[in-house]
Amino acid sequence: MHSLWQGKAPIYEALQKYKSLRVVPFDVPGHKQGRGNPQLTEFLGEKCLSVDVNSMKPLDNLVHPVSVIREAEELAADAFGAHHAFFMVNGTTAAVQAMIMSVCKQGDKIIMPRNVHRSAINALIISGTIPVYVNPGVNKHLGIPLGMSVAAVRNAIENNPDAKAIFINNPTYYGICSDLRSITELAHRHNMYVLVDEAHGTHFYFGENLPISAMAAGADMAAVSMHKTGGSLTQSSFLLISSRLSTGHVRQTINLTQTTSGSYLLLASLDISRRNLALEGKNIFKKVSALAHYAREEINKIGGYYAFSTELINGDSVFDFDHTKLSIYTREIGLAGIEVYDILRDDYEIQIELGDIGNILAIISVGDRELALERLVSALSEIKRLYMKDKAGMLDHEYINPDVVMTPQQAFYSTQHSVPISDSAGYVCGEFVMSYPPGIPILAPGERITEEIIDYITYSKAKGCFLTGTEDMSVKNIKIVEE
Amino acid sequence: MELWYTEQHTDNVRFSIKVDKPLFSGQSEFQRIDVFNSVEFGIFFTLDGLMMVTEKDEFIYHDMIVHVPMATNSKIKNVLVIGAGDGGTVRELTRYSAIEHIDMVEIDKLVVDVCRKYLPQTACKLDDPRVQLYFEDGLKFVRSKENAYDLIVVDSTDPFGPGEGLFTREFYGNCFKALKEDGILVNQHESPYYAEYAKSMQRAHKRIREFFPVCRVYQAHIPTYPSGHWLFGFASKTYDPLADLDEQSWNNLGLKTRYYNTEIHKGCFALPNYVKELLVSADE
Repeated sequence: MHSLWQGKAPIYEALQKYKSLRVVPFDVPGHKQGRGNPQLTEFLGEKCLSVDVNSMKPLDNLVHPVSVIREAEELAADAFGAHHAFFMVNGTTAAVQAMIMSVCKQGDKIIMPRNVHRSAINALIISGTIPVYVNPGVNKHLGIPLGMSVAAVRNAIENNPDAKAIFINNPTYYGICSDLRSITELAHRHNMYVLVDEAHGTHFYFGENLPISAMAAGADMAAVSMHKTGGSLTQSSFLLISSRLSTGHVRQTINLTQTTSGSYLLLASLDISRRNLALEGKNIFKKVSALAHYAREEINKIGGYYAFSTELINGDSVFDFDHTKLSIYTREIGLAGIEVYDILRDDYEIQIELGDIGNILAIISVGDRELALERLVSALSEIKRLYMKDKAGMLDHEYINPDVVMTPQQAFYSTQHSVPISDSAGYVCGEFVMSYPPGIPILAPGERITEEIIDYITYSKAKGCFLTGTEDMSVKNIKIVEE
Repeated sequence: MELWYTEQHTDNVRFSIKVDKPLFSGQSEFQRIDVFNSVEFGIFFTLDGLMMVTEKDEFIYHDMIVHVPMATNSKIKNVLVIGAGDGGTVRELTRYSAIEHIDMVEIDKLVVDVCRKYLPQTACKLDDPRVQLYFEDGLKFVRSKENAYDLIVVDSTDPFGPGEGLFTREFYGNCFKALKEDGILVNQHESPYYAEYAKSMQRAHKRIREFFPVCRVYQAHIPTYPSGHWLFGFASKTYDPLADLDEQSWNNLGLKTRYYNTEIHKGCFALPNYVKELLVSADE
């Protein structure tokens, strides 16, 4: 039995050893440690290409881990307080889909808020699971969706006692957390699994004075985007499970869709980042919290902007708030969040995470510096000075209660044809429409299109949101279900 | 034994000074600071290995960054100096009795401490009663100021490292806001010669031009800076550095300078053709 000493990084160490052996490769990848692709090697670096290798005995196999990956998984499970941790290389999208597909099959019901990421609804299309949407409620002033209230979940459970699972966003993109512990207890009393999309909550497991993590709250599964706030490479992620689930069954489900050529760059990045957070996480996120707190104070001093935080907590739909998120309400200066987002990038070379109709969001993480925050704050101050205008006429509502006519799977696989979005009111939508980021569908397959939704799409487009989801790349036409 | 300080001016060009002895080496929160003594340039100090100031040629830089704006507007009273931890800019400014107040904002206190100890030649006027020192990020400091200064002097390091924020659009915009309606902004404007520096120079020029109706560039020869050919930016809301130069009034002050004179003032805005072209094409 190996020791669960968090200073170890088994995948990283195995790769180091592999490098030192100067193995002659007659396997894939064909770039052969970079030699076959000098331009790529020059761009990414020889060190990087030399460990872009295939599964082999000394390096284990992600599909069926028995040695170093297995050991790294156990270390990760220990670090996150989970029964088991899976290394995911198809993004948190794959982790979200594996969660749903592990516990729901064709015709099963799942209770979820409508403001889920598209990956969750994609899983419904693949599995044929039926969504029971809970209105997460909206903060009218800020125009952002909140968390599910315990009462709303209880109501959904009572109306759907046969539901298999409850799916929770924790935190939301903006940092809002539901009462995870109460919802989990409630769900378990009714024999339902609790699946948590914790894409934006990696730091909850390592920092202090942060909202409770899914595993600590007793949830059954959590999808954790290590790459978002934990420092690993893009597309790498963890799927955590509790002892209520069978590790073997979940792995089989993951293997239905995950690649059999798991990237060792991604795996090593997860391994090293887990080690870093396990050893240094407390200090790192203390610094992150302090930076976010400082930025909020400075931004709120400018006036016009509102960088919101824990004062939103109301004990229910905002049970807790992730204060490392720098979410800023911009509409008081007469600019949509997406407009501020665009100006920051085009005029100030500052890239933030997202802008929507009323807010912008900057991610503060393990890699941030004070000097960079000063730039962000100063640029916001300038944007207000140079671009502030009357806020009259700005759309102020974001959450639209969906009219679900058929399941996402039924709609997706039904006969469809294309109509201009402007003429689509009254029809059942056959595909997604969403701004990306955040990737939360405005319309999902199977939902009735309304004038209000069309207005919202038109407004988002006019303000410069990057709309995605439709087959039509210009997002002018939409596919509707032939009823 | 031979000890040489070497700065890499480009990947392919090196500049070296024979060192008599190293006097100080330390790491602050922001950068590495070194002080050396040399025969040719006297005491000099570097930040992250890049040359900042030598005793022998600092007069050129400090003359040019201060006297050009001061001779353009003799009524300057309130000055903000950003960077300038060696104190040379403040030393020159304190020679003007018309100046009532100088705020100096240097991000790195250790730079000032080290210069006070090893470079009293430049740091000698930091205790002038008109001078108020702030140790914080210049970008942050200027953000809260409005209609406050007649002159802002940006005496910064290069735009990589802690000086990065002082070459940004948000910084120049905030400076514009912090200046009075006839305010002047003078900045260290990098060199036009080596490609990397020229790019920084173009970027700075482009961004300053977006805010200031008057936007000019002038030059000086500084032996220890990359290529030796160095530029300064003169931007203002009203004053033109040539049309508004008051030669007689400046000369009547009787300031003794080793580099600057009003003839240089008139001449330094004449730029080589390749520099003019770089400035014109800064927008592309």
